[in-house]
Amino acid sequence: MNSSENLVRIAQLSCGAEYSGIQAEIDSAAKQVNAVIVYPEIDIKDIEDIEEEFGLKVASSDLKLLMARAKSIVTGKVKVDAVFVATCFRCAEGAIVRSEVRRYIHEKTGIPVISYSFTERTTAGTLLTRLEALTTTARRKSLLAREKQSGLTAGIDSGSTTTKAVIMKDNRIIGKGWVPTIKVIESADEAFNAALKEAGVKREDIQALGTTGYGRFLIGEHFKADLIQEEITVNSKGAVYLADKQKGPATVLDIGGMDNKAISVMDGIPGMFTMGGICAGASGRFLEMTAKRLGVGITELGKLAMKGRQENVKMNSYCIVFGIQSLVNSLAAGSTPEDVAAAACHSVAEQLFEQQLQEIDVKEPVIMCGGTALIEGLPRAVEDLLKVKVIVPENAQYIGAVGAALLVSGFITK
Amino acid sequence: MKVFIYPTNSLILSDLVERFGHEPLAVMQEISKRVNTPGLDSPPMNITPEDPKIGLKYAAVEVPSGVRGRMALNGPLISKAEAAIIVRDPVVSFGCMGCARTNELVNFLIRAKKIPILDLYYPSSEEEAKEFVYKISQFLKSLGKEEKK
Repeated sequence: MNSSENLVRIAQLSCGAEYSGIQAEIDSAAKQVNAVIVYPEIDIKDIEDIEEEFGLKVASSDLKLLMARAKSIVTGKVKVDAVFVATCFRCAEGAIVRSEVRRYIHEKTGIPVISYSFTERTTAGTLLTRLEALTTTARRKSLLAREKQSGLTAGIDSGSTTTKAVIMKDNRIIGKGWVPTIKVIESADEAFNAALKEAGVKREDIQALGTTGYGRFLIGEHFKADLIQEEITVNSKGAVYLADKQKGPATVLDIGGMDNKAISVMDGIPGMFTMGGICAGASGRFLEMTAKRLGVGITELGKLAMKGRQENVKMNSYCIVFGIQSLVNSLAAGSTPEDVAAAACHSVAEQLFEQQLQEIDVKEPVIMCGGTALIEGLPRAVEDLLKVKVIVPENAQYIGAVGAALLVSGFITK
Repeated sequence: MKVFIYPTNSLILSDLVERFGHEPLAVMQEISKRVNTPGLDSPPMNITPEDPKIGLKYAAVEVPSGVRGRMALNGPLISKAEAAIIVRDPVVSFGCMGCARTNELVNFLIRAKKIPILDLYYPSSEEEAKEFVYKISQFLKSLGKEEKK
């Protein structure tokens, strides 16, 4: 985020945000990414006619207003750089309109759009990464169009659970480092040094460095990074690069230690995306806890799951506490560790499917990345639910670091 | 008398109630209170995340926050209401709260109060409009008589 970058005009199409008391939070998040929230102007007549024109009948007039505003963007009456569609969490009518309007804008204009369902607890912090990704897509299309890494660059992904670093040279990964995140800067240093050692290069030889992940700002400042970028755009880039699917549509799934990302990508550029972060039961943390309970390492959990059948275990809850309780009860009732491991993977995949994949258009190829993609039972569970083949590229756990190293090569000046 | 109006932000209804010597209970008053209260800064209407929590008095936590936030504005007005004028199926420009679920809840709560209520449809012709205003005026006059009794 750089205040000298172009101001991005984000159209807010929402119902209920001002009555939920979160408008100030939306404005604050937008300000932090040097964007301004605008409300497309429309006439009363547009609201009256919109149901017929859009083809969707709704009872709430603020949703009619939302659809009318979407139409004014699509017809070019209002010029904006990006669109933020938001309605109340748990409103069925709002969810239908939100989803259809998002699709309508995406298909008719190509303007980057995200959708979000909020509660009164939604904060600027929650919205920041989403709006950062939205503005980056709007602002840096030329940078995101980069398909090959050039020169000698480094990427560091400071995640909530692990820190990853890669060194890339002339479109090849020549060094990697992967350590648990303990202290953000120290862990980044450790991962970076490991990658440098493997690559056989010195820190001062690196021509450009990019950072991403939760700790991106802190480590970005520490390493004087040329690019500090959120995970949505970086992971999209890293995923299509690693899977060699840079052209055309793709869906990127990243189940992280603390949150999940589902990104609908076109030519390597994110179009629609969702970030889940409300429930730990849907994250990699759940699998970590399951592995601990089964007395195996997280890397062995996947192999175990591949031998099991999730149908043999009854899970009563998605919750990280009660879900684990269900697994413990199953073990006590005689279930095998293999079945329990498979049930845990299925539970996480099912939540991703139910809560996030409904918000984006899932188009093949489906690429799974991040450290959890290496837990073999998880991509299999996603395949079972989506009925499509899931690609787990080599070095899937380095997706963020690779994306950062690739993108930052556009910043090489020397 | 204190007369609740629906749609709750209808300027026309609010004006009519006032002209006949009653006190309109309209959502504009609640918003005005918030906007003019020093120390609050949550534009555009100074509704804060606390309001949907206040709205829990009227709707449970599984009800969307936008409904509960709106109820934080409407609820106190319903509590104070001694009579009500409810206009069914109004056009958007006549007034609206934007949310159909809020409208349903507001309508239910005001009817549950067992106070004098004038229930009428939004007019669709000039003739009907005259009849509409006449009925409202008669209702408001009758309220005056009731008060004197």
